Amino acid sequence: MSDPDDSAGEAGYDEWIAALEDGEGYYLACPNGHGSLPPRRRCPHCSSGELTEQALPETGTIATFTETQVPIPSFADDAPYVVAIVDFGDVRLTGQLGEIDPAAVEIGQVVAPDIVERETTGEPLVAFRPV
Amino acid sequence: MVRIVGVGLTPFGTTPERTGRDMFAEASDAAFADAGVPRTDAEALYYGNFMGALAEHQGHQGPLMAEAAGIQAPATRFETACASSGAAVRHAVQTLRNGEADLLLVGGAERMTNLGTDGATEALAIAADDLWEVRAGVTFPGAYALMANAYFDTYGGSREDLAHVAVKNHENALENEHAQYQQRIDVDTVLEAPTVSAPLGLYDSCPISDGASAIVLASDEYVAENDVDAPVSITGTGQGGDNLALHDREFLARSPAAEDAATEAYDDAGIGPDDVELAEVHDCFTIAEVLALESLGFYEPGEAIGAARRGETTATGDRPINLSGGLKAKGHPVGATGTAQIAELTQLLRGDHVNSDAVPDATVGLAHNAGGTVASAFVHVVEVAE
Repeated sequence: MSDPDDSAGEAGYDEWIAALEDGEGYYLACPNGHGSLPPRRRCPHCSSGELTEQALPETGTIATFTETQVPIPSFADDAPYVVAIVDFGDVRLTGQLGEIDPAAVEIGQVVAPDIVERETTGEPLVAFRPV
Repeated sequence: MVRIVGVGLTPFGTTPERTGRDMFAEASDAAFADAGVPRTDAEALYYGNFMGALAEHQGHQGPLMAEAAGIQAPATRFETACASSGAAVRHAVQTLRNGEADLLLVGGAERMTNLGTDGATEALAIAADDLWEVRAGVTFPGAYALMANAYFDTYGGSREDLAHVAVKNHENALENEHAQYQQRIDVDTVLEAPTVSAPLGLYDSCPISDGASAIVLASDEYVAENDVDAPVSITGTGQGGDNLALHDREFLARSPAAEDAATEAYDDAGIGPDDVELAEVHDCFTIAEVLALESLGFYEPGEAIGAARRGETTATGDRPINLSGGLKAKGHPVGATGTAQIAELTQLLRGDHVNSDAVPDATVGLAHNAGGTVASAFVHVVEVAE
C-alpha cells in the first residue's frame, strides 16, 4: 500500500489553511446565506454557483465535541485529543480544541480558530482555543 | 414483488487469514443451498464491499466474487461505506422490478481484522471527509460520539441509556451461531469499559469483523415457473443521502437521510411505521440505534434514547429491534452488513431463525443500513408475502 504523493498538495484546501494561519480565515457564501468550505463550485445546500469568499468570524461556539482516546495512526502522538464542531453562523468547522482541560469543555463555549501543527506528522491542524 | 429465495451467511468474527473470496464463496454456497435453485440461473451479481482495496489490496472485486460464487454472469461492486450491500440490494430490487432480470445474487464481504485495530480504524475513517474531518482527527467512533453529545445536549439522555442498547443486542446474539459475540453483558460492563471517544466506550461500539453474506432474489415469474418456495419478499425500497461531513448538516443529532429512505420505502410498500413488527437497524454504535429508531418513525426525536431501557425494543418488547444481535453483537464486516440484515429478517419471518420464537406471528420486518455518519441510507421493507 503506497500513500499519495503529499508534495502534490491539495489545491483550495492548502490556501484556506494558509489564510487562517495568517488570521484571514474565510468561507464560501452563496446568495441564500449558506456557508461552506473549499474547494467547491456549488453550494452544498442549494446548488447555487455564485460562491464568494466571506471573512470567517473571529469566534464561534462549540456545537458538539468528543474526547478521542483511540486515534487513527496518523494522530497517535496527539491522543488523547478533543475534536469539536464549531458554529460560526453560516458555516461550521471541525477541528481540535487546545489550551483547555478536556473536562471543562462545554457545548456553547466561545472559541477562536487557528492553525497549529499536528504532533504526529507535523501537518497543519485546524484548532480552537477558548477566548 | 421481489422474492427472497435463499439466504446465507458466514460466521461473523475474527478470521484474519480468510480471504474475501473464500468468505463470499461460503456465504453464496449457503444462499444457493437455501434457495434450492441452480446458481447458473443467476444473471448478475450485485456485490457490496468497502475497504477491500486497503485490506486486501484488491480492487475490481465484482468479477472475482462472481467466480467465487460459481456464477457465470457479470458482476458489479457497490460502495457506500457501511451501507455497500444495502445499495446492492436496492439496485437488485430495481433491476428485477424493471424486468431486466429474473434471478440475481446479491451480497457483500469484508475482511478487516487482518489490518489490526489501528489499520481498521484508519480504513473506516476514510468514509468521512478527508480534508475537513479526517485531517482534524475524526475517527469513525469519534464522529458518532460527536452525534451522541449533540443528542444529549438537544434531547437529554445518558450513557446508561445507551448501555441498555448494547446489553439488549448482546442478549439477542446469545444463541445466534453467526454472531461474533455470544456473550451476555450488563450495564456496568458497558459503563466501566475503556473509552474509545467520549461518551462512547468499547461496548458502545460494534466490533471489527470479518464475514460475508449473500441472498438470492427472484421475480414472481421465476418463482412460479420453477415452483420455488419463497414465502418472504422485499416489498419496499428507499434511499436517502446527506452532506458527507457532519458539520455541513443542519441537525447534528438526527439522521435525515434515513428519514428520507424510510419515507420512500414505506410509500413503496404501502405501509407505515406502525405496521413494522421487527427491525434490523444499523447499530454500529449504541447511539446509532437510537438515531435509527427516530428516523424510521418508530419514535419522535428525543424519545428513542430510553427505548431499550424501558424494554420496548427487547426480544419480549412491543417491537423487537436487532433480534440477530445487530452490528453490535453479531458483528459488522461492513460490506456484508446490508445483505446480512435481510438474511436475518428473512429467517426470523420464515420461522427458521433461532430467535423466531420472539416474533411468532410477525409478517412485516424492516432493514435500515447506513453509510458513514448516515450520508448514505438504505431502508428495505421485508414481508411475508407471496
